[in-house]
Amino acid sequence: MSFVEVDEVSRVFHKRSLFSKSQGVQALKNVSLSIQQGETYALVGESGSGKSTLARIVVGVDNASSGQVSIAGHQISTSMPKENRRDIQMVFQSPYASLNPRWRVHDLVAEPLRAFGITQGRKATVQRVTELLEQVGLQADDARKFPHQFSGGQRQRISIARALSSNPKFIVCDEPTSALDVSVQAQVLNLLKDLQSELGLTYLFITHDLAVVKTMAHQIGVLKQGVLIEEQSADDLFASPQHQYTKDLLAAAPVLSVA
Amino acid sequence: MSLLEIEDLSVEFTSRRGVLRALDNVSLTLEAGEFLGMVGESGAGKSMTGNAILGLIDPPGKIVSGDIRLQGESIVKNPERIRGSHISMIFQDPLSSLNPLKTIGAQLIETIELHTPRRGTAARERAAELMTQIGVDADRLSAYPHQFSGGMRQRVVIALAMASEPEIIIADEPTTALDVSVQAQVLDLLREVCSAHGTSVILITHDMGVIGHWTDRVGVMYAGRLIEIGTTNDIIRSPRHPYTQGLIASTPTMDANVDTTLYQIPGNMPPLTAIPDGCAFNPRCPIAEDKCREVIPHLINDVACHLRSET
Repeated sequence: MSFVEVDEVSRVFHKRSLFSKSQGVQALKNVSLSIQQGETYALVGESGSGKSTLARIVVGVDNASSGQVSIAGHQISTSMPKENRRDIQMVFQSPYASLNPRWRVHDLVAEPLRAFGITQGRKATVQRVTELLEQVGLQADDARKFPHQFSGGQRQRISIARALSSNPKFIVCDEPTSALDVSVQAQVLNLLKDLQSELGLTYLFITHDLAVVKTMAHQIGVLKQGVLIEEQSADDLFASPQHQYTKDLLAAAPVLSVA
Repeated sequence: MSLLEIEDLSVEFTSRRGVLRALDNVSLTLEAGEFLGMVGESGAGKSMTGNAILGLIDPPGKIVSGDIRLQGESIVKNPERIRGSHISMIFQDPLSSLNPLKTIGAQLIETIELHTPRRGTAARERAAELMTQIGVDADRLSAYPHQFSGGMRQRVVIALAMASEPEIIIADEPTTALDVSVQAQVLDLLREVCSAHGTSVILITHDMGVIGHWTDRVGVMYAGRLIEIGTTNDIIRSPRHPYTQGLIASTPTMDANVDTTLYQIPGNMPPLTAIPDGCAFNPRCPIAEDKCREVIPHLINDVACHLRSET
């Protein structure tokens, strides 16, 4: 069995109205996919295709209407036990919105350590925070600063350090570089790759940028209106896309060709 | 004479902490019918250049030196004369540039009557014509902005920008909020409509892919300075400034795969409060010499680099 198993997951959102019968919007329809340990699975699709809904279900902050998700053999749901949660973390698109501006970097990175009871005592926590900051290319002194004292790329490093603090095995990256400039994007993507090979991390990588997908993904799934319409290894998908929608998506992507 | 000439333009913001130079001696020209891209990181000055042309720099910022000329005539003193009529602007978020309480038709007709001699029926006919050009049925003149999708709204914004029959459109990240496939449609449309009317476009973006597909020429900005300008082909295939080279090399391409390590420019762009002496890029530059740390390089042969300006 694969490390991450998404099995026939559907999600229906009910739109309640006082005057009419409640209508269901099907955000995901029988989505099944699996991710091998240590690999990156990229989920591609347009706004409204269900990418983020699936991400929310996979990390256990939302429940599927039907179907199930398991990670490392544990069943994922909003009511899953806390000790299984530490294996799963998330890095969000905007490091401006995902970091509390009134917290110092130390507290931001240390929060999961406290929440999961990973380090005992102040001294051990400080030491672990220092390790984590250095691991993502920041410095020990940065722990005393506030998020606004950092650039966008550095803030995303803080988010990554925070995500790493519970020693997760699986990280969902939801458009982690789309708010960043190109040269900074390269730094963050390289960091994510280095961490993957160092720590054996498994990623679910959500993005609309096909060139980013090409540099990050082992396996790619294309979502359209809640349906997984195509799934292939990265090399095969770019070489021979099967579905017309995938072909259109590839044709529309403004990718730099230097040759 | 070029359609638009910017000469030694500098913009400064004065605050209690001191003076910030947001644009530093920027010079460039725009020809009629040309698509000029402006690329750079956040804070590099690309949007500031667009805003300066339209006279949209908010106090305490002001143009401290230099000139901007449209068809040979300076527009720095009275930008209101050209804003909207000769030069129009397309912003990133189409919803914030459309009035949610007025129909698309009312907004188009208002713009047409304000900037062209057409009135009444003639203005209405012109509005219908513009809608057809952007691929939207003229019946939808009576629709409100919220009844359109994001891509359709940005098409309507293009129609509004074209309504005054401007010489130049400045498009500041026009497709950043849109999906990839919609982005391609919107930029294709912009290109098509502008080519048909001979309108020039300044396309401001941080996306090298967009630059590569939709511009003729491109200016690269760094820390408030224009550091390289050239045809899009030359900039992408044989960039000369070390920053431009780094920028191109760090952009993910279709040649990459999971085993690729992207090129990284070491460090970050300095904030405008701490621009180093000499070339602003020198602390991150792999080939910097003593001269680069002391003397600011000027744009010579389209490159602002002491070591790369010789052709």
